Amino acid sequence: MSAPLRTDEAAKAPGTPSGIVEGASPRKSVIARQNGRWTAYWHLLGARLKEMKREPEVIFWVFLFPLLLAFGLGIAFRSRPASIPNVAIAAGPGADAVLQMAQRAPQSLRAQLVPEAEALDGFRLGRYDLVIIPHGDAGGELEYRYDPARPESVLAKAQADEALQAAAGRKNPFATTERASSEPGARYIDFLIPGLLGMNLMNSGMWGVGFALVDYRQRKLLKRYVATPMRRSDFLLALTSSRLILMVLELGLLLGLGILIFHMRVVGSLLAIVLLGALGAGAFAGLGLLTASRAQKIETVSGLMNLVMMPMWIFSGVFFSYERFPAVLHPLIRALPLTALNDALRATILQGAPLAAQAGHLAVLVAWMAISFLLALSWFRWT
Amino acid sequence: MSPLKRRPPKNKSLQKPLTHSARQFVRIEGMGLAIECRGLRKTYDGKVEALRGLDLEIREGECFGLLGPNGAGKTTAIEILEGLLTATSGEVRILGRTWQSHPRELREWLGISLQETRLAEKLTVRETIELFASFYRQPRSPVEVLAELELTEKSDAWVGKLSGGQRQRLAVATALVANPRILFLDEPTTGLDPQSRRQLWDIIREFQRAGGTVLLTTHYMDEAERLCDRLAIIDYGQIIAGGSPAELIERLGGQHMVEFAIDGASSHEAKKTTNGKHMQEIWRSLPGVESVHADNGLVCLTVRQPHVTIPALLEAVSQQGARLLHLTTRQASLEDVFVRLTGRHLREES
Repeated sequence: MSAPLRTDEAAKAPGTPSGIVEGASPRKSVIARQNGRWTAYWHLLGARLKEMKREPEVIFWVFLFPLLLAFGLGIAFRSRPASIPNVAIAAGPGADAVLQMAQRAPQSLRAQLVPEAEALDGFRLGRYDLVIIPHGDAGGELEYRYDPARPESVLAKAQADEALQAAAGRKNPFATTERASSEPGARYIDFLIPGLLGMNLMNSGMWGVGFALVDYRQRKLLKRYVATPMRRSDFLLALTSSRLILMVLELGLLLGLGILIFHMRVVGSLLAIVLLGALGAGAFAGLGLLTASRAQKIETVSGLMNLVMMPMWIFSGVFFSYERFPAVLHPLIRALPLTALNDALRATILQGAPLAAQAGHLAVLVAWMAISFLLALSWFRWT
Repeated sequence: MSPLKRRPPKNKSLQKPLTHSARQFVRIEGMGLAIECRGLRKTYDGKVEALRGLDLEIREGECFGLLGPNGAGKTTAIEILEGLLTATSGEVRILGRTWQSHPRELREWLGISLQETRLAEKLTVRETIELFASFYRQPRSPVEVLAELELTEKSDAWVGKLSGGQRQRLAVATALVANPRILFLDEPTTGLDPQSRRQLWDIIREFQRAGGTVLLTTHYMDEAERLCDRLAIIDYGQIIAGGSPAELIERLGGQHMVEFAIDGASSHEAKKTTNGKHMQEIWRSLPGVESVHADNGLVCLTVRQPHVTIPALLEAVSQQGARLLHLTTRQASLEDVFVRLTGRHLREES
């Protein structure tokens, strides 16, 4: 065979040292190492974690965003003492005496003397919760103008009546004592944090798995990987385990924030919470895999994921209880994976319910995980 | 892993003699086929015929080139051989095995660089190469491969920060770290500057010198001429010519090209007019001319002996009353073979 145009003809001369291993293999003699069964898995996992760590968007969406959300909503809906009602006293004979009596109890109502027309106007606009119109001189009949549909108006009427009657000399038939008590566990922030946790597990599970896969596919990196002896199962396993590791961090961060800043009380066992988190992360990793099993472009998969996640953002009780939706919908809502996860997280964190008591929620999560993984694996395209 | 297990059974008797001359002996005997395919067809969506019956025999230790314009079917062919696509019909054997029977073994033996893979941008060069090394049972040392491809300095740089040439070298490094017996390179030098191309050529030759088999696709003729022991020119999914570069050029008829332009009857217009036909006949009848074709305003003559043809050409030009504007002679190249075979240049679009 002649190849006159080659410039390295010399290399073909007999006896040229050729760096060939004994035997006919052209492979290099220097074998660096012998890779074990799990070497590839550990390298894939390491590479995935490094990639995530180096992606600033991941840090923001997975860690910072839920924290900001919890912080913002936590402050907006923080528990405040019930506000003191604003009461207008219509000017006229006897009004001064009423004002004096009202001012003896400043902690239960704030009273002001205003002309009657202005008082009624202010009442209509919500500036006053109650208007008191005295009929006749001191000691005469008082008219309370209030709105039974406005809780603060009803409260103002009761408080004003109480204060005025006491000031006029009414004696209580028996003595009472009062003690203020605000239990952590029943506040909005306590409701919110487990919901945010569930939502975050959904977001980062779907995006973390689905987005990464389509990105790899678009770069032809999946194809490059399957052109090696890499086991496909190792690759998917590494992707899923990277999600589980991230899940533990997300969980710790949000719960930590709840405990440190909002003095949330975690009643259930930490192990049960982590197990639930793992199950949730697994179910959403499966859904992410399924969503991304065929999509060739980032745009396609973004649309699909939003389509899958949107109903759960609305129905699954992240920000408010799904009990507000009509009862007909409840069975459907409860079949959504995020609803099951949120319910289970709330029951465990807030009420300390044991996992055994939540078999229904667990079954929903396992079913979603199993079905989506199975479908995804049969549809998945590597090229 | 024992060498016996690695070896396709065919080759057992040839295990000992391992100098290059021994490999040449193997070639002469027509044994030790690294890659073999017969009647390969690929139809996409039942309509587009990417391959229309491809037969190849690539011997162990040779560098084989698949040449052709864009869309000729080169990538489809190489991806079927790599086991990444399945052929609509036809048969493939790599080192005597088929993809159906020994997929995992074959994966261990092949080093592949795909066209346009964008490796993960946020991993460093070292991390990338170590990741690929981890996929193989017995990879080469990543440090050594990086040194060989002159990427040591860039070991800690993110892949996203590399230049085109460095990325391409890294892509080849991911193939070489497999310690492969066959290296598949799909357009390894497309879009690279001349220096990076030369660097890659050296790497490929080095691999071959160590006894490896190389299959590469390219649409650069000079690349094929310099690197390949044998090549096949593909157009519209079929092989239209095959052999060593020298054989192909030899088959062109002459080994020299004479290109010229004249004014008066410009060769560009000459193609269309009857007068032009007449002119072509004049050139064809000059002594030593094997063939004539027009190319970019030049008349190209394929000739055996330029020293016989050129005086006659000058004579003919002055007889026509025309003036010679341009005259060059050069050795015929694969590009000429391709133009001759297809009427098109290799890198022309469409």
